[in-house]
Amino acid sequence: MFENMSHLALQHYWFILVSLLGGFLVFLLFVQGGQTLIYSIGKTKRERDILVNSLGHKYPLTFTTLVTFGAGFFAAFPLFYATSFGGAYWVWILILLCFVLQPIGYRFRSYTDNLFGEKTYEMFLIITGLLGTILLGTAVATFFTGSKFEIVNNHAGTISSVWRGGARGLELAFDFTRYATFINLSLGLAVFCLARILGALYFINNVSDDGIVQKAARMVKIMAVPFLVFFLFFLINILLKDGFAYNEAGVIAMEPYKYFRNLIEMPLVGLFLLAGVVLVLAGIGLGAFVRSAKGIWLAGAGTILTVFALFLTAGLNNTAFYPAYGEFLQHSLHIQNSSSSFYTLVAMSYASLITPLVIAYVWYAWREMNKKKIDDKEIDAKDENRY
Amino acid sequence: MEHVDFSLVDWSRLQFAVTAMYHWIFVSLTLGLAVIVAVMHTLYVRTNNEEWKNLTKFWMILFGVNLALGVASGIILEFQFGTNWSNYSWFVGDVFGAPLAIEGFMAFFLKAAFFAVMFFGWNRVSKGFHLLSTWLVAGSACISALWILIANAWMQYPVGMQFNPDLARNEMIDFWAVILSPVAITKFFHSVSAGFVTGGVVVVGISSWYLLKNRHKELARKSILVGASVGLFGLAVVMISGHFSAVHVGQKQPMKLAAIEGLFEGQEGAPFSVVAFSRSTNNPERPYELEMRGLKIPNLLSFMATNSFTGFVPGIVDLIEGNKERGIMSAYERARRGRVAQTALRELREARDTDPEEHARLRALFNDEVWLSEYFAHFGYGFFYDENPDVFRQNIARLVPNVPLNYWSFRIMIGLGFLFIFVLGLFGWWAYKDKLDGNKKLFYRLALICIPLVYISTQAGWVVAEVGRQPWVVQDLMPTFAGVTSEMSVGAVQTTLLVFAVLLSALFVAALKIMFAQIKKGPKEG
Repeated sequence: MFENMSHLALQHYWFILVSLLGGFLVFLLFVQGGQTLIYSIGKTKRERDILVNSLGHKYPLTFTTLVTFGAGFFAAFPLFYATSFGGAYWVWILILLCFVLQPIGYRFRSYTDNLFGEKTYEMFLIITGLLGTILLGTAVATFFTGSKFEIVNNHAGTISSVWRGGARGLELAFDFTRYATFINLSLGLAVFCLARILGALYFINNVSDDGIVQKAARMVKIMAVPFLVFFLFFLINILLKDGFAYNEAGVIAMEPYKYFRNLIEMPLVGLFLLAGVVLVLAGIGLGAFVRSAKGIWLAGAGTILTVFALFLTAGLNNTAFYPAYGEFLQHSLHIQNSSSSFYTLVAMSYASLITPLVIAYVWYAWREMNKKKIDDKEIDAKDENRY
Repeated sequence: MEHVDFSLVDWSRLQFAVTAMYHWIFVSLTLGLAVIVAVMHTLYVRTNNEEWKNLTKFWMILFGVNLALGVASGIILEFQFGTNWSNYSWFVGDVFGAPLAIEGFMAFFLKAAFFAVMFFGWNRVSKGFHLLSTWLVAGSACISALWILIANAWMQYPVGMQFNPDLARNEMIDFWAVILSPVAITKFFHSVSAGFVTGGVVVVGISSWYLLKNRHKELARKSILVGASVGLFGLAVVMISGHFSAVHVGQKQPMKLAAIEGLFEGQEGAPFSVVAFSRSTNNPERPYELEMRGLKIPNLLSFMATNSFTGFVPGIVDLIEGNKERGIMSAYERARRGRVAQTALRELREARDTDPEEHARLRALFNDEVWLSEYFAHFGYGFFYDENPDVFRQNIARLVPNVPLNYWSFRIMIGLGFLFIFVLGLFGWWAYKDKLDGNKKLFYRLALICIPLVYISTQAGWVVAEVGRQPWVVQDLMPTFAGVTSEMSVGAVQTTLLVFAVLLSALFVAALKIMFAQIKKGPKEG
C-alpha cells in the first residue's frame, strides 16, 4: 500500500501525522494549564487534592503525546531533530526539565515522607505548567519566524548542523532587537493562556464540586481576553509577514504573504483554522457562561484543528517548516530535504496504522475512568496510590 | 583525525551515562515489579482473597514510585540524542529514529491509557477490565524495552541499512533485519529477564525484612513465593540469553570480548579468566599491551564465545595489529582504507556542483560492491587515521575499551547472578514448603543485602554493554566523538550534567524515603 506512494507523498503523510500529534499535544496541555490553576482555583488543601487527582488521571497522556511527537519528528525528519534539538539547546533542555518534574510532582506529592514537602511537588507542577507551555509555544513559533543555523560539510564527508544563534536557542525568546522574538513569545503566551482555559474547562467537566466549577468558569472568562490578544497578535503577524518558500530546485526564497497564501491555496487547511478558532471560542463561551461540561470537548476539538492547521501552514505547499534566516536562508529545512528515506517512511507508515487502535483504547480507558467524577469521597478514601 | 574536543565528548558521555544509569535503576525494578504485581492481581481476581489485593496495592506503591522516576529519566535520554548527539541523530537517525517512534505509538500510549485504570480503577471499573489494565501496563513496559533494545542492539551490531552518499547518512533498507537482529533478540530477553530478577530479589529482600521483624508473616511468605518464582524464571532466561549474548559479542564485537577478558593475544581453546589482575607493560609502541595473572578455567572462553571448546578467540593485539593467519586485518589498515572512503565521500560532495564528470566517477564508487567492501566497510575507522605516525598510533590505541572496568563489571554481574540463583531458589523452596520460620535470620539478612547487590549486578551489565562498545557509538561505523553535537560549549554540557545529576539524585533520595516509609508501614492486613 504505502510502497506505491511517492517519497513526496510519504513526506506529506508524515508531516500531516506529526502535525496532528502536535494538535493533540496542545489540547492535552490542559493538564499543564490545570497545574498552574491548583492555587488559583484550589483555595483549600481538599480542593487542591481534588484538582491534582483529577489532572493526575490524565497527565500520562500529555507526557506520552509529547514523547511520541518528538520521536515522530526524529524518525520522519531526523535532520530537523538534529538541528533543532542540538541547536536550540537551552530551550529544549528547559522544556525537558519541565517534563521531568511533572510525573514526580504527581507521584510524590501525596506521600507524607516525600523529603521536600507537598508544596515543593506542587511547585514542580506549577513550573511545568507555566514554563512548559510558554516554551513549547515559543519553539513552535520559530517554524514561522526562523532560527539561525547552517548545514556544514565535515572533513570526513559527513554533514552537521551548526547553530549560529548566539545563545543556543535562548535568543529566540530574549533577543528583543528582533521583531520575530515578539511573535515567538506571543505564541508562547497564547499557548499558556489556552492551556489554562482548557484546564479550567476540564475541571468543569471532571470535578463534582460546585465551588471548584464556579471558580473554573470564572478563570475561563479571565484568561479568554489575554489568550485572544496574544493569539491574534501572532496570527495577524504570520499572515502578513513574508514566508519561507522553496521551489522545485530546492531554492529557498522569502515570499510575501506566504502563510496567508497557503491558507488560500489549501482551502481545507484554511477551513480547519477557521473552524478551530470558532470551536475554541464556542468552548470558552459554553464553559464561562453556561458552565457546561461540553466546553472542554468543543474547545479541545477546536485546539486540535487550529494547531493542526498552523503546522500544515508552516510546512506544506512548498514551505520550509524549519527556516534559517538571514545569510543562512538556503540552509532552511523543508519536508523534502530533512526527511527520512523512502524505505523508512514506508516502514513507519505501516507502523502508524496502529493509530486508530491507539485512539480507540485511549478513548475507552478515558471513558471508563470518567464515568464517575472526582469528588470528596475519592479524596477521603486515603488510598496510598492517589496523588 | 579532525580536531576533536575530547573534553566535550567526555562530558557529553558522562551526562548520558549518569542519566542512563539512573534510568536503569528504576526501569529494571519496574520491569520485574510490573509482572509481580500483575501475578498478585491475577491471584486476587481468581481467589477473591483480600490478602492478594492488599499485596497488589502494596507492591503497586513501590512500582508507581519507580515508574515515575523511570519515565522522568527516560525522557531525558530521548532528548539527549538530539541535544547532545545531533551528529549521530543525522548520521543514523533514518534507522535509529524508527524504533523510538514505534515505541511511542505501541508502548507509551498503552502505558499512559491503562496506567490510571491500574492505579485508580479499584472502584471505578469492572474487576476483569482492571486486571487486564494491570497486565497491559506490565506488557507495555516489556514492549517499551523491546523497541529501545532493538535501537540499542543496532548500535552494537548495525544491520539492515545502506549508506547514502548523496545525503551522507545511513538509511534503512531492511526493517525486519533491524528488528529481528539476533543481537536485538538476545538483548531483549537478557535485559528484560534481568529486570525480572531485580523485581524478584527486591520483593524477597523486603519480605525477608518483615520476617526479621516478625511482621506480616503470611503476606511476606506469599510475596516471596511470587517474587522468587518470577526471579528464578528471570534467572533461567538471563543465563540462556547470556550465553547467546557472549557468542554474539565474540562474532560481532570481538574487541569488546577481548576487553571483557583482558585477552591480549588470541588463542584456540582460550581459557576463561575467573579472577585476574592486569598490568600495563608501559610499552610506548603498544600502549594497549597488558599482562594478566590469575585463576583461569581452560577452554571455557572459547566455548562461551564460539560454542566450541577449541574455537579461536582473537585478542587485543590480533585486532589492532592484524593476524594474517586468521584473516584479521589490522586496525591501522582499516583506518587507512576508511580514510580513503571518507576522502571519496568528501570529494563527491565537493564535486556535486562544480565537476559533473568527477562527481559521476566518485558516485559510481559507491555502487561498486568491491570498493564498498574493500574501503567503505572501514569508513568508521577512517576517523582514527592521522598522517603523523605517533598521533596515528595513539588514535589506534583508542580502539581498545577500558579493560579493567569491563573485566570486573562482567565478573561482578556473573558472580552475583550465581548468588541470586542460590538465594531465590532457597527462599522459593522455603515459601512453597511453608518453612519460613524464625530460625533463618541469617538468610533473611542475606536476602536483604541482595537488594543493593542486584542493582550493582544490573548496573555492571549495563557497563559491559555500553563501555565495552567504546570507542564506537555505532560499532565500526561511527566513533562516539564524531556523534557529538558540533560546536557545543563544554560549559553548557557541564551545567546540564550538574542539573540532571543533582535533580535525579535528590529525587532518588526522595523516592527511597517514600519507599522506606511505605515498607515500614507495610501492607494492609486482613
